[in-house]
Amino acid sequence: MSSHNDQQDIWPEQPPSRKEMSRRQFLTYTLGGATAFMGAGTILPMVRFVVDPILHKKGAGDFIKVAEISKITEEPQEFTFELKQKDGWYDSTATLTAWIRKDAKGDIYALSPICKHLGCTVGWNNDKAHPDEYHCPCHGARYTKLGKNLEVAPKPLDQYKTKFDNGWVLLGDIVPNTVASEEA
Amino acid sequence: MFKNVYNWIDERLDVTPIWRDVADHEVPEHVNPAHHFSAFVYCFGGLTFFITVIQILSGMFLTMYYVPDIINAYASVEYLQSSVAFGQIVRGMHHWGASLVIVMMFLHTMRVFFTGSYKAPREMNWVVGMLIFFVMLGLGLTGYLLPWDNKAYFATKVTLEIANSVPVMGPVLKELMQGGTIVGAETLTRFFALHVFFLPAVLLSLLVGHFIMIRRQGISGPL
Repeated sequence: MSSHNDQQDIWPEQPPSRKEMSRRQFLTYTLGGATAFMGAGTILPMVRFVVDPILHKKGAGDFIKVAEISKITEEPQEFTFELKQKDGWYDSTATLTAWIRKDAKGDIYALSPICKHLGCTVGWNNDKAHPDEYHCPCHGARYTKLGKNLEVAPKPLDQYKTKFDNGWVLLGDIVPNTVASEEA
Repeated sequence: MFKNVYNWIDERLDVTPIWRDVADHEVPEHVNPAHHFSAFVYCFGGLTFFITVIQILSGMFLTMYYVPDIINAYASVEYLQSSVAFGQIVRGMHHWGASLVIVMMFLHTMRVFFTGSYKAPREMNWVVGMLIFFVMLGLGLTGYLLPWDNKAYFATKVTLEIANSVPVMGPVLKELMQGGTIVGAETLTRFFALHVFFLPAVLLSLLVGHFIMIRRQGISGPL
């Protein structure tokens, strides 16, 4: 027993002369590396598989003829239009809605009716208590004519990109609101 | 006959200690409703598990008719509801059970809270219980979309908007959940996969942990 203790005491003064990797360590690294390689080979395809939809390139949307310029009034009007979309293995058409009006200067803009609170659909002038406002029936969010958020919603209503061609209003992608800030 | 079969197997595999260990244990007096009727509050956890088993069974049978595809999902649900014998019952079990499991789980949580059963040494089991709670909510959320009716569609849109409002991660999280830029075909298959494979697998492993901890730590003492 005492000889064992002696060995422990002198151990620090006699380090092993060779700094080679031990057989055990070599096996640990090899087996660990092989396991990691096989694990990664199993998991990586699945991870890439599941995140694929968010890595697809999003092309800019086409502009679609929605309304005749001559029919746009200062009072917002609801226009629906159809958009071709790819939904996985389905080609489908989505029916979108825009509230279009022109302001006093005659500038035309189109608001998206998707509430910026939680994505319900807002309507114009549909709440008797608050006339001439956009109102969301889900949680009572309200917006001005320009889409400025008055209550509940954290941001103003989004806008469609607009183009004008041959007397028609064309609508494109949905972008953050730029007109609401003009309102004092 | 049955006994002979059991003995034949038991001689070879020694199964008696296994089921004894699972099933044969004392229930303390203060949690036994036969002694104190008010002890029925200790049944809520077991009832939650009982309904969970019903959910798993009825859900397994529902997938024999259900198709997770935007064109056919609603039609398959309507068919199994209206044309398949007992379809209304089986889907009804799954539909109402989904709400009931949340109710039971809530009552169970209340019991654990008010009897102080979450205290040392049972803190880890409270945490696992909370994880089970969130997985259950996830099961409710993903199952809600599957009938692919208007209610399901818009409820999911709103839920994904909530996910979208998470700081920084929000938009990526939303797109990952909906499998693209719109709630559509890929959202339905994703939610279906989560609902029938991923979340139940997580749920069952958490339940195993929950139950092992109950057996290790015993039922907490009377108030």
